[in-house]
Amino acid sequence: MKTRTIRLILWAPLVLFLVFVGLFASGLIRPSSSTIRSKLIGQPLPEFALPAGVPGKPALARSDFTAGKPRLLNVFASWCVPCIAEAPQLVQLRDAGVEIDAIAIRDRSEDIAGFLARNGDPYARIGSDKDSSVQLALGSSGVPETFVIDGKGIIRHQHIGDIRPEDVPALLSAVQSAQ
Amino acid sequence: MIAEAGLAALWLAAALAVLQLVLAVTGLRAGHEATLPSVRPIAMAQAVLTGLAFAALIYLFLAVDLSVALVAANDHSAKPWLYKFAGTWGNHEGSMLMWVTILAVAGGAVAIFERRLPERTLIATLGAQAAIGIGFYAFLLFASNPFARLDPAPVEGQGLNPLLQDPGLAFHPPTLYLGYVGLSVAFSFAVGALVTRDVGAAFARAMRPWVLGAWIFLTLGITAGSYWAYYELGWGGWWFWDPVENASLMPWLAATALLHSVTVLATRDGLRAWTVMLAVVAFSMSMVGTFLVRSGILTSVHSFAVDPRRGAFILALLAIYIGGALLLFGLRVGTVKEGSQFNAVSREGALVVNNLLLSAILGIVLVGTLYPLGVEAVTGEKLSVGPPYFDAAAGPLALILVAIMAAGPLMRWRRDELKPLAMRLALPILLTALALLAVILLAPGIRILPLLGLVVAAGVGAASLAPLWKRNLRRTPMFTYGMVIAHLGIAVSLAGMASESAFTKETLVASRIGETHQVGPYALRLDAVEPVAGPNWTAIEAKLTVTRGDRAPFVVRPEARMFWTPPTETSEAAITTVIDGQLYAVVGKSDGEGRWQLRLWWKPFVTLIWAGGVLIALGGLLSLVGRVRRERRTHERLAWA
Repeated sequence: MKTRTIRLILWAPLVLFLVFVGLFASGLIRPSSSTIRSKLIGQPLPEFALPAGVPGKPALARSDFTAGKPRLLNVFASWCVPCIAEAPQLVQLRDAGVEIDAIAIRDRSEDIAGFLARNGDPYARIGSDKDSSVQLALGSSGVPETFVIDGKGIIRHQHIGDIRPEDVPALLSAVQSAQ
Repeated sequence: MIAEAGLAALWLAAALAVLQLVLAVTGLRAGHEATLPSVRPIAMAQAVLTGLAFAALIYLFLAVDLSVALVAANDHSAKPWLYKFAGTWGNHEGSMLMWVTILAVAGGAVAIFERRLPERTLIATLGAQAAIGIGFYAFLLFASNPFARLDPAPVEGQGLNPLLQDPGLAFHPPTLYLGYVGLSVAFSFAVGALVTRDVGAAFARAMRPWVLGAWIFLTLGITAGSYWAYYELGWGGWWFWDPVENASLMPWLAATALLHSVTVLATRDGLRAWTVMLAVVAFSMSMVGTFLVRSGILTSVHSFAVDPRRGAFILALLAIYIGGALLLFGLRVGTVKEGSQFNAVSREGALVVNNLLLSAILGIVLVGTLYPLGVEAVTGEKLSVGPPYFDAAAGPLALILVAIMAAGPLMRWRRDELKPLAMRLALPILLTALALLAVILLAPGIRILPLLGLVVAAGVGAASLAPLWKRNLRRTPMFTYGMVIAHLGIAVSLAGMASESAFTKETLVASRIGETHQVGPYALRLDAVEPVAGPNWTAIEAKLTVTRGDRAPFVVRPEARMFWTPPTETSEAAITTVIDGQLYAVVGKSDGEGRWQLRLWWKPFVTLIWAGGVLIALGGLLSLVGRVRRERRTHERLAWA
């Protein structure tokens, strides 16, 4: 090999490494939780009982989902910006007759109360999940996420990310087919 | 108080690292040599302070001081002390502190023990070690403070992931970290030698024990981790090509290559640039692997809390250290004089092939691990790369590598002839042929990779002992025994892998009470399934009576456990080890109609996989002790003369 070729080869590791840094950076910028599907679809809800998220509203337990009527389970947090964006759609779903419960992730009750006062309160019950343990048990990896639970406590559908206006019909039909 | 003292010690250690770097850099410039003697003591003091900070955190975990946020999140007063202790590093902040502690202690050890390197190269090495330290101190102090207080303190801690409530956690991460971070010494040596342009045989002899030390721990850590996954996850597999497993395998591959190329450099003064490159790559792989997973960019069972700010911090550190070292390499290595030349057919030639194959396997694993990241960056699609790719791509190369390993130690340095080499290899080649015949006769229809694995293992096992042939065993140096045992360990481990892959019998049934199922030579009768309760879990326990031929029957009790906080299910497999393999039983869910899922495996000679791993590490240890003793003896002889 010519000396010049050898000189060039000496720089190859640095170039390869810079490509890697680019990949790493793009992985950081991209929100990563968008498409991890819960393995629990079609499975019963895991056993849980959470304390009330705000005073004056009932707490949330697994037994609340076995009353025979499908319900939405919304995983949200007062510190989560997309949750503000989806709030009007949740209110719209509630007005269409869907019963919605919520799990507030890593949150404080005064912050939850403030969030509900600002963005509307579509929830029947709110459970407070301080350490994300129930969220993880649900197979949910981020906020917001919304699950359709049928009247027997089986998870039927998972919506990842905020509910856009165009998602509302799909969720409504998921609730209807869970009857 | 203890938490504040720990934090203060950490700040002081960080300040000392800055001082260490500044003094090393100024001291290396002509005319400022006065500062050089102070660098060693500073490195030692830095190690002591970091050790104190780590000890403080361990104390807080043992005492369950819930006013510390990290303790409140990961500790629990009802846990046995061993898990409180191990809980110190079972989380992001604590494991980072352990990382930094090992880094500083490794630097301190170099300052105390390293007497062979020229003083200027040593100071440059300590400067590089301090430079690495500074970044990780900053990461701890600004983005992952383990001593942060929580006000008000909760009345009880939030426990620990049930999967991690295992004695293995007390030993597995520290061992692995000693390996990962121990490689930082090789990295700093390489940077130091590039700075002073002093790459040669003396440098290689000085670096070799440090690489060996780290490599031994890495080997043990990987072996232990593999066994832990095997018995704790209940999936019956011993290697899953999970990103974290790859993260530990990649530095091991690089360190193994380095271990061999450094020998060429130490003995024959060849492969100068390549060895320096490998020393940089080995620790870079440690950092990339650890932090790729730590940042949450690749998902894995091992990931801790995901925080983009931490990810960005880590990326910046990686870019500075690895990029900086590679830049220095590109600039400087051209000015390092070429080492001595050698013939293609020679011990050096075999070691070059070893290095090329190890590097190729490393490349395959790296590409497979990063591929999902690349695809996501380009198309936004999420995917994962699994065993089919890794097995098919890395398997054949690994087999070739192991086969060449049989010949390498029998070759002479500088130049050798193929004919006498073939004579020396005649017996192993004969054994290989016999093994091939035996396997084909006894196990017709065996797949090609396991077949080759078994055959190569037999031949290499014999060949690995050949360097002792016709030698005075008493006068054979200890490091030769080390090499023989490590190579034998590879053959043993390969035999276990091939046997597990070729001969495993698996039975998956929904069983009623009283039914009997056959797996391999065993018959298992399900006698009962009963609920049992532990301190923080409930479980169902299956009772199975096992018989094999006329031998006395025995009982195994696999469990499926349900933990409350957080709600998690784990499977406690019942593993029975016998001389020719393991019986592995797992109980699953009930189908609601009186039947229970049972998963039974018979894995002939599977234990050889880990026995081989232990042999490899033992061989490393013998080499290390042998090298250090010989160095000392030469030293004493020189002192006498």
